[in-house]
Amino acid sequence: MNDLTPSAGQPLPHDSGALHVTGQARYIDDLPVPAGTLHLAFGLSTIARGTVTAMDLTAVRAAPGVVAVLTAEDLPFANDVSPSAHDEPLLTPGPVQYVGQAIFLVVAESHLAARKAARLGKITYAEEVPILTIAEALAANSRFEEGPRIWIKGAVEAALAGAPKRLSGRFAMGGQEHFYLEGQAALALPQEGGDMVIHSSTQHPTEVQHKVAEALGLPMNAVRCEVRRMGGGFGGKESQGNALAVACAVASRATGRACKMRYDRDDDMVITGKRHDFEIAYEVGYDPSGRVLAVDFTQYARCGWSLDLSLPVADRAMLHADNAYLLDHVRITSHRLKTNTASATAYRGFGGPQGMLGMERMMDHLAHVLGMDPVELRRVNFYREAVDVGGGHSALRADSAPPEGISATKKTGTGQRFGGEFSPKAAAQTTPYGMEVTDFILHGLTGKLLESADYAERKSAIAAWNAGSPVLKRGIAFSPVKFGISFTLTHLNQAGALVHVYSDGSIHLNHGGTEMGQGLFLKVAQVAASRFGVDASVVKITATDTGKVPNTSATAASSGSDLNGMAAQVACDAIRARMAECLAGLHQVKAADVVFEGGEVRVGAEVMPFAKAAAVCYVNRVSLSATGFYKTPDLSWDRIRGQGRPFYYFAYGAAVTEVVIDTLTGENRILRADVIHDCGASLNPALDIGQIEGAYVQGAGWLTTEELVWDGKGRLRTHAPSTYKIPACSDRPEVFNVALWDGANRAETVYRSKAVGEPPFMLGISAFLALRDAVSAAGAAWPDLQAPATAEAVLAAVRRARGASA
Amino acid sequence: MDTAFLLNGETVRVRAEPTRTLLDWLREERGLKGSKEGCNEGDCGACTVMVTDAAGSRALNACILMLPQVQGKAVRTVEGIAGPGGTLHPVQRAMVEKHGSQCGFCTPGFIVSMAVAHLNGQTDHDDRLAGNLCRCTGYAPIVRAAEAAAAEPVPEWMRTDGVALGGGGLHPSCGDVRMVSETHLDAFLPQSADELAAWYLANPDAVLVAGATDVGLWVTKQLRDLPKVAFLNGCADLKGIEAGPETIRFGAGVTMTDVGAAVAESLPSYAELIRRYGSVQVRNAATIGGNIANGSPIGDNPPALMALGATLHLRQGDARREMPVEAFFLDYGKQDRKPGEFVEAVTVPCMAPAFRAYKLSKRFDQDISAVCGAVNVTVNGGRVTSARIAFGGMAGVPKRAAAVESALVGQAWSEATMAAALPAVATDFAPLSDMRASAAYRLEAAQGMLRRYFAEMAGQPVSVLKVRA
Repeated sequence: MNDLTPSAGQPLPHDSGALHVTGQARYIDDLPVPAGTLHLAFGLSTIARGTVTAMDLTAVRAAPGVVAVLTAEDLPFANDVSPSAHDEPLLTPGPVQYVGQAIFLVVAESHLAARKAARLGKITYAEEVPILTIAEALAANSRFEEGPRIWIKGAVEAALAGAPKRLSGRFAMGGQEHFYLEGQAALALPQEGGDMVIHSSTQHPTEVQHKVAEALGLPMNAVRCEVRRMGGGFGGKESQGNALAVACAVASRATGRACKMRYDRDDDMVITGKRHDFEIAYEVGYDPSGRVLAVDFTQYARCGWSLDLSLPVADRAMLHADNAYLLDHVRITSHRLKTNTASATAYRGFGGPQGMLGMERMMDHLAHVLGMDPVELRRVNFYREAVDVGGGHSALRADSAPPEGISATKKTGTGQRFGGEFSPKAAAQTTPYGMEVTDFILHGLTGKLLESADYAERKSAIAAWNAGSPVLKRGIAFSPVKFGISFTLTHLNQAGALVHVYSDGSIHLNHGGTEMGQGLFLKVAQVAASRFGVDASVVKITATDTGKVPNTSATAASSGSDLNGMAAQVACDAIRARMAECLAGLHQVKAADVVFEGGEVRVGAEVMPFAKAAAVCYVNRVSLSATGFYKTPDLSWDRIRGQGRPFYYFAYGAAVTEVVIDTLTGENRILRADVIHDCGASLNPALDIGQIEGAYVQGAGWLTTEELVWDGKGRLRTHAPSTYKIPACSDRPEVFNVALWDGANRAETVYRSKAVGEPPFMLGISAFLALRDAVSAAGAAWPDLQAPATAEAVLAAVRRARGASA
Repeated sequence: MDTAFLLNGETVRVRAEPTRTLLDWLREERGLKGSKEGCNEGDCGACTVMVTDAAGSRALNACILMLPQVQGKAVRTVEGIAGPGGTLHPVQRAMVEKHGSQCGFCTPGFIVSMAVAHLNGQTDHDDRLAGNLCRCTGYAPIVRAAEAAAAEPVPEWMRTDGVALGGGGLHPSCGDVRMVSETHLDAFLPQSADELAAWYLANPDAVLVAGATDVGLWVTKQLRDLPKVAFLNGCADLKGIEAGPETIRFGAGVTMTDVGAAVAESLPSYAELIRRYGSVQVRNAATIGGNIANGSPIGDNPPALMALGATLHLRQGDARREMPVEAFFLDYGKQDRKPGEFVEAVTVPCMAPAFRAYKLSKRFDQDISAVCGAVNVTVNGGRVTSARIAFGGMAGVPKRAAAVESALVGQAWSEATMAAALPAVATDFAPLSDMRASAAYRLEAAQGMLRRYFAEMAGQPVSVLKVRA
């Protein structure tokens, strides 16, 4: 206990690691349940658009094990599970808006009995022609909001007209299935007096509490939602768990028994929303040096049948259309299209990846046309480097040792900085939405990455190799990430925590964030441990519970540790101050001279274990429990005008990826990836590197093998892992060097750390660009590679590169 | 029906519907919640368990493993991987220390796959783990953990299942379970091909279950009842491999794992195809007979077997007949198989140095082929003397490319000859568009495979899998 190093910043293993590896970690379907617990399944629509004209549920009710069958008419209160616009009935009252919409709810003695019975419903529809594609939605003017959202900076038309050269293009990028390994699940436990306790696999327990209360006609205080952990979330459990929790609650109310629901994987993939697929058109004016003079982006987002979170998702795509580049004249037009497909929802990056890919694809096209090195082109257009990169503020951390890249074969530097071509006296540089960029570090980071990845040498070596290889071609590409951190709905940027210190010195920690594998609980525990100067093992991490911390925001927007870490810090500091005051009084020293460190408390000359200090405070009647609250400062945002400061700060990163393709079949592989990513002063470098590695592979998966295929009737044909292919073990880059950029956050975040959940996802864009580079080794024409770059898409691009017209 | 087996070292007797999956029973009846259901179709590996019998220990997907399939064997779940007193297995320790778990839901399956590989001394980690999906980590820390644990000795307790079974295979405490029908489903566990032949002749409407990697999904996804079913795992005489100088005869019940091992030296390209067939867990269950008998147009064995000129052995009662593999596939969903007739064996010529098989899928590992091509061209004195070329995924059945073959035979073996033969692919095949590939791409890729074959024979590098950064 004499280690004085604060817990924050240590590469501790996941707090649940030992439970995970022994199979003891409990997920919803693993929880012990009361005798007589019932199981639910939805009867689903089989058409994309129309109206239910008749329902024959006789066979469903007669099926073995069926206890009850509910339809919309059986729902006494709110029939809605939408997180936004109250446009998502739990069970449709008639209109059918996509294949997989819930029509009736089976309540049965077993999961299998419920599934079997759910297939026996005879539904008659008045079928209508569905609107499935972006083109069809545009033609029908089927959209959310009254028209496209348009943000403008500068004089776009004039700048485009005056540009020496212009280039335009348009391309499509697919959506993405979350494929959390644990499917959606919920359990409702009826309580006395009509109260309800819900266990849900959700990123947003407060919303589950809220929707269940509405469905039961109860105030929120009659419903409690608890989440110990999720088996993956990635945004897919921000709103998509509502339906199961509400279904369990209403079925539980109807039967008086505990009810559990989990989707079979195929149902999960058909019913729940995915990442929005987009088409993006661009027109760019530029000069021969590669400087972008003006850009006009038009983004088309396919939102599906309900609003869900599509507006903020589409907003964030607009907010990342600039990515890392200073644009003086830019217009971004965003169409939010309503279609008869599953309602697209939050997915890691929340529109950011789509907006950013639009820009990176445009840059790639421009580099191809100019015959310019794509990295050089990007550097010419980067925002200017922040003045005084590392020391805008001094880090709060007592130890300023740089976090290490534990998987890196080459470490980042420890203080060497690479100057950008900035001028300290230059006028403020702003994003297309008017936010000043003051923390830009990509000049330095890029320089370091190109060096550690041997970019220039490898690029030449690859060119030489390609010259001697007619069938196989290699490619290499760089891409940067600048990602804005904060919820763009400003009021969500708040969090609460509840901390107890018991009289034996053990600490109980609770906060509003949820654990989905990212290690949030451990990071916040490390913060709490650091405040009390104890080891993280002293802190008991407890399930998220709306009865402990109320009115929480979803664990989303990468904000978990920023918000909850700060809230926990506030709570801990309140208790610590009371303890210090008590102990100082007892020992006749100043409270400022009470130091919590190394598992001990020093009170002047006296040193006692933390446990003893807690016992002393208890005996002296000190309150050892406190709540903490935090709200992110300095935010102001007008989403209609597209003006303000939506983000507290930006997180940065960059990647270089090398690939190889087969020009006969389009098959392709990632060979090597080098990443440097900015986590500020990392709260836990091991967890952060884990997030980066996982995000890179997931991002690369989005743009390569993960293809969602709908047929002409709006049926998803890729609704199981047999047909929807997330990366497998051998798909990760065989050489995979990930390192952390060692700079404290300039913004005053918890221990000067930075959010990490989403930003590194977009490093996977480099894999897509590398595939384009490899395709171009097969032919000189613009290959117009589309995403996802499946083998089929790559082969089509090879054909175009070779000048074929198709 | 009754099934008895060892579960984490303890004998258990189970009375359940014969199509009840091991995973459902473990989780819902036995209260062992460590094995997870991620997909319920054998594609994610979250339910992986270790099964040991006379042939050794292997990883299997419990979600599509029916209880009678483990009769007399030893099953070890994630709960049985740690040692007495909770001592962590080296792979468990390494997974914690190397940060190999994030959300943890896939972790139990990974732990079992890793523990089996560790027990068997296998260090080809990418292949060992191809059947376990992880969405959080990007796999890098998991492979680091597998590498770190590889140097550690196998814990004593991991060998107890093999010791308990002795040399005999089936554990004596499990007794001899043959046929029980007190439930509404009938099931039969024949102990020999003769028993199977007699019973199947009398029950031609029954479903034969070998590895259940296909039939399992009828139960878990299509929710079908199988009124009458025979489990073939007791038929030791269907698992024989007879290697001769020019052929290998595989019993229909030989698993794809064992087929792959048997052809590793003689037919390396076939072995490489099998390396990418399903995953470890699937290959440990799936049989060569099942992959032919189910008549699938997208199975990977039939094109390879056709190009090799393999012979299929069928049996109905005591009557036996044989045919070239390609003759078995009559039309989509229709095979040349009489009522009560089953695939007993397949004989594969193994002297085929010019044989190459190419599997094209969205993902390299554990994916069903969009196109599977197999090419075997014999060249004598610069001329093509024979050509056996077959494709899967290009028609309603796996099929030989007769027009391409005739365009090649008799011609000088040259790039021009191959180029001239390519249009014949469209004569032979009119493929469909589906979620795996468009029709046009299938045609183009099949032609690409033929060009690749020529390039490979000419000594050019043609596999992206062999390129290193």
